[in-house]
Amino acid sequence: MSSPVLPRGSAKLGLTVNAWLIYLFFYAPILLLVVFSFSADKNVGRWGGFTFDWYREFGQNDGVQSALGVSIRVALVSTLVAVVLGTMAALSLERFTFRGKKVFDALLYLPIIIPDVTMAVMMLLFFAQFFDLLDAWFGLSLSKGFGSIVISHIAFSISFVSVVVRARLAGMDDTLEEASMDLYASRWQAFRYVTLPLIFPGVAGGALLALTLSLDDVVITQFVAGPGSTTLPVFVFSLIRRGVTPLINAVSVIMLAISIVLVALSLFADRSKRASAKVSN
Amino acid sequence: MTQVLSHPEEVTPEFEKDAARAQSRRGFLMALPTFVYLGLFFVLPFLIVIVYSFATRNRFGGTDLSGWNFEAYRKLGDSVVRDILFRSIWLALITTIICLVLAYPFAYFIATRRPAVRNLMLVFVMIPFWSNFLVRNYAWRVLLGNDGPVSQLSEVLGLGETRVLFTPVAVVLGLVYGFLPFMILPLYAAIERIDLRLMEASRDLYASGWQSFRRVLLPLSMPGVIAGSILVFVPSLGAYVTPEILGGAKTTLLGSYIVTQFLTARNWPVGASLSFVLMAVMLAATLVYFRKGGRTL
Repeated sequence: MSSPVLPRGSAKLGLTVNAWLIYLFFYAPILLLVVFSFSADKNVGRWGGFTFDWYREFGQNDGVQSALGVSIRVALVSTLVAVVLGTMAALSLERFTFRGKKVFDALLYLPIIIPDVTMAVMMLLFFAQFFDLLDAWFGLSLSKGFGSIVISHIAFSISFVSVVVRARLAGMDDTLEEASMDLYASRWQAFRYVTLPLIFPGVAGGALLALTLSLDDVVITQFVAGPGSTTLPVFVFSLIRRGVTPLINAVSVIMLAISIVLVALSLFADRSKRASAKVSN
Repeated sequence: MTQVLSHPEEVTPEFEKDAARAQSRRGFLMALPTFVYLGLFFVLPFLIVIVYSFATRNRFGGTDLSGWNFEAYRKLGDSVVRDILFRSIWLALITTIICLVLAYPFAYFIATRRPAVRNLMLVFVMIPFWSNFLVRNYAWRVLLGNDGPVSQLSEVLGLGETRVLFTPVAVVLGLVYGFLPFMILPLYAAIERIDLRLMEASRDLYASGWQSFRRVLLPLSMPGVIAGSILVFVPSLGAYVTPEILGGAKTTLLGSYIVTQFLTARNWPVGASLSFVLMAVMLAATLVYFRKGGRTL
């Protein structure tokens, strides 16, 4: 097939320049932030010679360190639960028909499209009401903290995991599972040795997405965090509102590095997904 | 073929019905944990928001749940809230239009590259897309700040002092920066699906470049335009982080106003009714999107 008619002359030049400018727009702020995180100047946006001081401060600041610890624990626990639930949800929707399936499908989409602020309000009111009831009925006085953050993160991550796993399941036919069961594999064995290895790239992609979302979230976490348990983004957000400091530059660059590593890994998972899809075709 | 092999030779209707029932039960049981989880930690919270939006704030900043009324919704007509609503809609609209104008030619450009180049270009859109949102907004705070790179640049160019930070311009800039990939990706998906030889055919029939864009490419890529616009408009309307970091006192938007109602003003019913309005806008937009036959979310 010959290539279709493409813009020529000034139109082509315009398109090319526009593309380069958009990449400049995307990357210049990020790169400048990295540069300034090594600047000795107290002013966050000025170059004053090379230094590692702000990264050293990052390592020594107790507030940052404890927030980082909470972030990592929240991300790991919520991802683990969301991956299990999301994968089961994806399997049920792609492999079975059952009553209420359409409602379930629609319900699973809602956490993806709902605005952050609305979700935050929902969780805040829910926990306020829930802790009041616990207090009134059982005399338990619990408060917001690690548990409420994890519960909220799972609530928005399940849907993303299930979308990614479903995409993987949709591109795969179920005859392999049937074949394994014809060869006397139990249901569990068929899942463990046939289905799971095949959907693994999807599950890994979903897990990386859930990790990224959990490590990124500010708004929802801010509403459900309690004293003594803030995540790194919420901590940084409150620092920014009090005034910018070079320490925030360094913390930001580290958060950026973490998310870029996660993106790179998920692109890699996506690639192996495509490669194995080719094989199974 | 496998279908035939996997069933016993004699299949009675009873047997088939039983098998189907067992299969359906298995699917239901598999969905059940997630169903229960979302029911408890998503649907229930949503219903609680609705209940609160009909409640009354008492003198102590608490909320009385007895005696439902529409007071909180009536408050949405107050000039303060109305100004914030209009400002939010206005800024979200400007953000959406700027994103559309920037992203359309860009998406077309990507869609007309060789597959290898195309994938590489998309990867470089995905990286900022999945990078930490807070950090990306903070980067602009550094760039636009006092004595920051932007003001240094404008001094060098002889433009004098520029004060962008803490103005609506900075907020729109931050929103465009944050949400541009949401516009690029659905537009790309829509344009990539179009048979671009149709453009060639229109040119053969003496259409000008503009005409073949206006009459062929644009109508065919409309699902992408609508999807992208919704994906940018809705989160811009509810934005909280961007106006907090880049905006000032005069750029309070819907998202920040809702948060204030909960965390400082302690007027939960008004905050709840506004969240419900935001949710309703989102649902309406989603329905429009599915009506138009869009599938890329």
